[in-house]
This record gives sequence, C-alpha cells and structure tokens, in this order.
Amino acid sequence: MKAPDFAYMRPDSLDGVFAALAQYGDDARILAGGQTLMALQNMRLAAADVLVDINRVPDLPDIVEEPGHLLIGALVRYAALAESPLVQQHVPLLADAVPFVAHAAIRNRGTVGGSLALGDPAAEIPACMLALGAEVILSSAAGTRTIPMREFYLGLYETALRPDEVLTAVRVPKRRPGQFHAIDEIVRRRGDFALAGLAVSGVAEKGAVEAISLALFGVADRPVLATDAADLLIGKALDPAQIETAKDAVIASLDPPDDPITPPAYRRHIGGVLVQRLLGQIREKLA
Amino acid sequence: MTRAVKSVAIALKVNGENVNETVPVRRNLVDFLRADLGLTGSHVGCEHGVCGACTILVDGVIVRGCLMLAAQADGCEVETVEGADATGRIAKLQAAFHQRNALQCGFCTPAMLLTAAALLEANPAPTREEIRDQLSGNFCRCTGYQAIIDAVADAAEAGE
Ligand SMILES: Cc1cc2nc3c(=O)[nH]c(=O)nc-3n(C[C@H](O)[C@H](O)[C@H](O)COP(=O)(O)OP(=O)(O)OC[C@H]3O[C@@H](n4cnc5c(N)ncnc54)[C@H](O)[C@@H]3O)c2cc1C
Ligand code: FES
Ligand code: FES
Repeated sequence: MKAPDFAYMRPDSLDGVFAALAQYGDDARILAGGQTLMALQNMRLAAADVLVDINRVPDLPDIVEEPGHLLIGALVRYAALAESPLVQQHVPLLADAVPFVAHAAIRNRGTVGGSLALGDPAAEIPACMLALGAEVILSSAAGTRTIPMREFYLGLYETALRPDEVLTAVRVPKRRPGQFHAIDEIVRRRGDFALAGLAVSGVAEKGAVEAISLALFGVADRPVLATDAADLLIGKALDPAQIETAKDAVIASLDPPDDPITPPAYRRHIGGVLVQRLLGQIREKLA
Repeated sequence: MTRAVKSVAIALKVNGENVNETVPVRRNLVDFLRADLGLTGSHVGCEHGVCGACTILVDGVIVRGCLMLAAQADGCEVETVEGADATGRIAKLQAAFHQRNALQCGFCTPAMLLTAAALLEANPAPTREEIRDQLSGNFCRCTGYQAIIDAVADAAEAGE
C-alpha cells in the first residue's frame, strides 16, 4: 500500500523541530531512519499529517567521547554504530548487538534514537542500553532532561518522551577494567525481531561477579532487567551451579504475554536457555 | 524546507546523471525511480521493508527504496541495478546467477545482485554463512536460496 496523504518538512535546526512539534502537536511525527515509521505509514497503521524529518538537523551530536561516557547522537545509524572505533573500544556490547538488528539495508538507515524512541519490546539496542545503565537525553523548547534507561519505558511502545520532546542523544558509560558483556537471541529467521533475547553487562573482580545486569528483550511489554538473578550472582564465582540458579531465577521472574504462536512457557524456557548460554560464555572468557 | 509542504523540487544524481524533478512528498524513492524516471529494474513487493525487492544504493550503501521518500534523496547519489549493470560492477555476479540458474521469475534478482555486491565489496571472500546473513533481508519466492548462495559464492571465487 501507499502512505496516506501527508505534508513533509525538514527543519534545519533543533529549534525548527521544536517549533514544528509545537505547531502541529499530535498531528506531527518525527521521521528519523524511517525503518519503522515509513513502513507503518505505507501500511496505513500510522497516518501522521506532518512528517518532521530530522535527518538534516546539524545540531544533533555524532559519537562523542566524554570523561567516563560516550555520547551517541540520535541520528547515528546502526551501521555507523557497529563501525565506530569509539564504540568498539568503549562499549563493545553495542557493536556486537548491531548484527542482530534487522538486515544490512535496514541497518544503513535505522537510527539509535529511532530505536530507543520507538521502544519495540523485542529490539536489541534498547535492551543493551538498559544493561549498560545508559541515560537518554530528551530536549524540548522548555529545556533538556536526562532520564535513566530503567525509567524510560513505561509500557508497550510507551516511553517517558513527551509529545513536544526530541530524543537527542544517549549517554553510555564506558567499559571499566574487568567488564564483560554478551548478547544473543532466538529468532525464527535471521534478522527478525527476537522471540527472546538477552544482553548481559557486568564487572568481574578476582573471579567473582562484582556487578551484573541481565536485560531480556522480547519477553514482556518492554525490555526488562532480571534483578533477582543479578542479586544471586553478585559476589559469587560464575560456576555451573551458580549459573543454574540464575537461570531458574530468570525463568521464575518472567511473565511473557500470551500469544497463540509463542506460548509464555516457551518464551520462559528460551529466556532460561539464553541465560545459561551467555553466562557460560562469559565464564569461559573469564577463566 | 522549514515549512510543511506537499510537493518539493529535488536535485539528485541517478546512475551518474543529474536529475531535477518536482515530486509529491509522499512519493517513495523506489516509486519515483520507476514511475518518474522509468527505471523499472528496482521492484516493489511488500512496501513495508520486509521483502527487499526495492533495494537500491543511496550515497553508496544499500537501502530499502520503499522506506525512503524521494524528497529525502535530494542532494544524494542514487544507483539502481541499471546503473550497476551499465558500469559492469556486477558483471561477475550476473554471470554466476545465470550459470547457477539462480533466478526464475527474476523479481528478486536486481535486489539480490545489489545486496550481494555490497557484501563482496566489503568482504571479498565471505563464508556461506556470511552470504546467508547478508541476503537474509531479501525474499525469493521461486528459486530457492541454495542456488542464489551458490552463485554469490562462485562470484566471490571469480573475484567480483
Ligand atoms: C524488515 C524489518 C526488520 C526489522 N528488524 C528489527 C530487529 O530485528 N530489531 C530491531 O531493533 N529493529 C528492527 N527493525 C526496526 C528498525 O530497527 C527501525 O530502524 C527502528 O525501530 C526505528 O528507528 P528509525 O530510525 O528507523 O525510526 P523511525 O522509523 O523514523 O521512527 C520510529 C518512531 O520513533 C520516533 N522517533 C524517531 N526518532 C526520534 C527522536 N530522535 N526523538 C523522538 N522520537 C523519535 C518516530 O516519530 C517514530 O514514531 C526492523 C525493521 C524492518 C523494516
Ligand atoms: S518493497 Fe521495499 S522491502 Fe518490500
Ligand atoms: S526468482 Fe522469482 S522471486 Fe526470486
């Protein structure tokens, strides 16, 4: 199908975007990579009256190194994220996550900001940002606020973004000494959204887990942190018995949506499989 | 374009030639190439990013032509299968597809060629797994993927 009739504008500054959002309110939608919005418009599942294209807004940052953090601008595309030496060095989980996202042609257009703002519950980048303890930067004419990822998602496709706000960047802590990470997912077909996925980030000190976050995606209305399992792992060595305990804790904590094709018991099961698989990989790497 | 408009003048390069047109803003880039420029080598299947038939290059990288507006290609360099054919850039892939019978109706073929060429340019000796990965976003409804992967592997060996 073709998209319904709409108007298009391409502001050349962030202030121009704010003015457009103020003028058109709910009738406007921000157009970033378009890899979801254009598809929804073409299928007529979305029908914005005005598309506000932010692709040529010069005041959005690229990938910037800050003390302790990387600042990643909203318009950074998946392909650029994976290829960035700064990302590879300081936040390798993100570089490793990109190949799981969609397909090459989509990774050349889709953006980090679009992925975070959309908040698909099965998306990889939001889960990684959650595991990494990142924070998103939201700006409007009224000012800028910074929100931790764990407070950003409020429900299915529901975020803390206000209609007048633009997600301008995400600030991600750099890797610390002893930091480990892993990501994997179960899909029917390569490039599909995950039936279940897991992103892990943590720090080991002298063979024991000092800190760990396990962010699951595809198993709830938003990416979720398995905090019970993390608490069980802290201070312990990643031995097989410990991994088994963490797996059971994750399975117990999941309450996946009931969907006729993928029953909750299956998603819980593969969530557990991923925990075992990734913690096993990390254990081998730490050994 | 700081005000909302319904049609827009665009200037871009398509297969090396300058193009200046005025387009309705809701026209997809692939529809523009096909309907306004007569470049019908890029195909339109699902129109929501899933089938890959509309694959083209914008500023040197493969994208979905159905998920970009023609208006967004203003100032860009676009390449379609017609351009890639004319320059000989995909000649070895074309020969390998022919040799391996890697097409039947041909609907998916232009996109397969451009998608495979993007892989071979970045990675001249891919594994079969890497070829599968690269082509994962391109549907073929007739040939079966084995022959297509065989063809890409052959082209790699022939040094595409
Ligand atoms: C076939 C196919 C397979 C896919 N598979 C995957 C997958 O496996 N994993 C995955 O994660 N994604 C997948 N995607 C989705 C893809 O990753 C999208 O790129 C992404 O979800 C949205 O990013 P975008 O830049 O394209 O945003 P757009 O489509 O432009 O926008 C998405 C939404 O976010 C809003 N928005 C965008 N940017 C901002 C901003 N800076 N501030 C505020 N609001 C904003 C828009 O208004 C819109 O509502 C797939 C898409 C397709 C077509
Ligand atoms: S027509 Fe563009 S992906 Fe199917
Ligand atoms: S040859 Fe017919 S769709 Fe591929």
